[in-house]
Amino acid sequence: MIVQFICRAILLGVPLLYGSTGEIITEKSGHLNLGIPGIMYTGAISGVIGAFLYEHACGNDADKMNGILAILIPFLCAIIGAMLMGLVYSFLTVTLRANQNVTGLAITTFGIGIGNFFGGSLIKLTDSDMPSVALSKTSQFFCTKLPFADDLGWFGDIFLSHDFLTYLAIAIAIGTSFVLNRTRVGLNLRSVGENPATADAAGINVTKYRYLATCVGSAVAGLGGLQYVMAYANGVWSNNAFGDRGWMAIALVIFALWKPSIAIVGSLLFGALCNANNYIQGLGTETQELFKMLPYVVTIIVLVFTSMRKKREHQPPESLGLNYFREER
Amino acid sequence: MTTKQTVKSHREPLFHVAKRDDMAWWQAWLIRAVTIILSVVAVGVISMMLTEKSLFETFEIMYRGVFGRIETGSTVMLWKYLQEIAILLCLALALTPAFKMKFWNCGAEGQALMGGFAAMICMIELGGKVPDGALIAIIAVASMLTGALWGLVPAVFKAYFNTNETLFTLMMNYIATQIIAYYVYIKGGGSNIIQPVTHGNLPVIGTNRYLVNILIVAVLTVIMFVYLKYSKHGYEINVVGESQNTARYIGINVKKVIIRTMIISGAVCGIAGMLLVAGTDHTINTKTVGGQGFTAIMISWLGQFNPFIMVIMTAIVIFLRLGTAKVADTCLLNASFADIAVGIVILCVVGCEFFIRYTFKFRHKKKEETV
Repeated sequence: MIVQFICRAILLGVPLLYGSTGEIITEKSGHLNLGIPGIMYTGAISGVIGAFLYEHACGNDADKMNGILAILIPFLCAIIGAMLMGLVYSFLTVTLRANQNVTGLAITTFGIGIGNFFGGSLIKLTDSDMPSVALSKTSQFFCTKLPFADDLGWFGDIFLSHDFLTYLAIAIAIGTSFVLNRTRVGLNLRSVGENPATADAAGINVTKYRYLATCVGSAVAGLGGLQYVMAYANGVWSNNAFGDRGWMAIALVIFALWKPSIAIVGSLLFGALCNANNYIQGLGTETQELFKMLPYVVTIIVLVFTSMRKKREHQPPESLGLNYFREER
Repeated sequence: MTTKQTVKSHREPLFHVAKRDDMAWWQAWLIRAVTIILSVVAVGVISMMLTEKSLFETFEIMYRGVFGRIETGSTVMLWKYLQEIAILLCLALALTPAFKMKFWNCGAEGQALMGGFAAMICMIELGGKVPDGALIAIIAVASMLTGALWGLVPAVFKAYFNTNETLFTLMMNYIATQIIAYYVYIKGGGSNIIQPVTHGNLPVIGTNRYLVNILIVAVLTVIMFVYLKYSKHGYEINVVGESQNTARYIGINVKKVIIRTMIISGAVCGIAGMLLVAGTDHTINTKTVGGQGFTAIMISWLGQFNPFIMVIMTAIVIFLRLGTAKVADTCLLNASFADIAVGIVILCVVGCEFFIRYTFKFRHKKKEETV
């Protein structure tokens, strides 16, 4: 029961971890990308389209499918789709210096629209009775477990039984943490987010860093959408199923104090909070609804506490949400 | 984007971007109008490619989706259109004072839901016990108070601890949603549907049930315009938005202005919630506001914080939403096509601001080299 609970929490937490790692990379460059929910939708649907086309090309026959291709095609599609959205966002906010909040929200509207539109169209193509697209064969490739995971009891279940995207998420988060704090690229990126004018004066190409951070961040977030469809939903896409996980990923960024390493633990906690209502005995459905607000309440508490304590290393990047124009004083 | 000038070459880049504030207002509006028209045509072309209908036919379907068959004398669709405008406009109006103050209130969704929630509670608990006239007054006060409370909480923390308001208000939305989900479950007896309540509905003027909403929002538009432009409060909001230090220097109590403005913002959102619950649906669910709180943010910004321009922007966005929904319906596309259309147009308009605020300066060959 406890093992199952933890596994479930991990499964629920991983899309959030992807989303928030991506958002942290973007926010470290000074861009508050509120388009993350839309970008995660786009990543998910791009992966679904890729997988759908590949399954069809193989004539829906699992034996003909090549495991590596079955994973690689959706994977790359998700990255490309999400990156394109990130590119639109960064073109508007970096080059055209449009308002970040408005652009981000428009991207979210647009991205969710794209997800549901193409999702709905695929559903119509399959002619099934269910309002969903099932890609269970691709999902099986994604969810291939380590062969010896089942032999190790609870240890294997908790640590070794997940799909590879879960491990990739943790690797990306740790990698991001390392790059941000231990390398020159990370230092430059942080300086761009803290004070772009100073960074510019030091010879750092602010535009380049902001574009790259937004696009890479979007690609990472897009993988979160893919993980949701392939692992959590077992390859079943149905419209609006992804829900408001994108906003929760943004909440997780605050919770993690802009640190990917804390986001790993945070995503597990959020996953557990989202799921706790199913595991506490004797809860009525109405109380379960109240339980679902827990992640948001926790985020607000963290947000308030960090702003009250005013510890310098816990603050958001100084110029978060502000566009940089060199000639402006 | 200013290209970097390397130390080695002394060549100036082909052009560089400079700020401009000298553009005449009509030029600025010409650019915006052209962008809107072009992006709407682009949406038309996209739907044309998807549906294999001609551009003219596409727009005809869009027109019918919004106004219905006017020639038959039916004005049902037109009223529906005006109603949708009224609600979205009301939310955008609510956000405007906060945005002018550079307070990014992303919580219109939650504030409106809580306003509607208060209205719903009054309608259910007091309906039949209090005369309807008094009940409507109670509903109005209750909705505004709860909406204001939902806006007040982030404002207090912003004023005293400088807590990030964008993220705080966003989180408040979901707390509101879950409260509604809880309430609906209890009152709906497990069916997740509260049956429409007949008490405390806003009065129907003549034969049209939307007219009251539309009139209330029309009055609100004028009040908000006057408030922002001619009142002392409006002036203070402006100064705080431009520079908090200046505001402090000339003796404005910044904390007070932030809190007061957010109370107003939340209260107007509460009114929008009341219009939705007591004026339109007579029931509530988690989707009552339906994401319009976010669209309103874009409307307010696209309208340059001017209530009258916001009316036009709302009319355009709602036209697109209803029109493309009709296109999707007629041509068997997915209904989310409307989201894509609205997204494209807003992204284009947001982008076009660049050409209003900045100008390209091209390289002059003859210019003296200055270091």
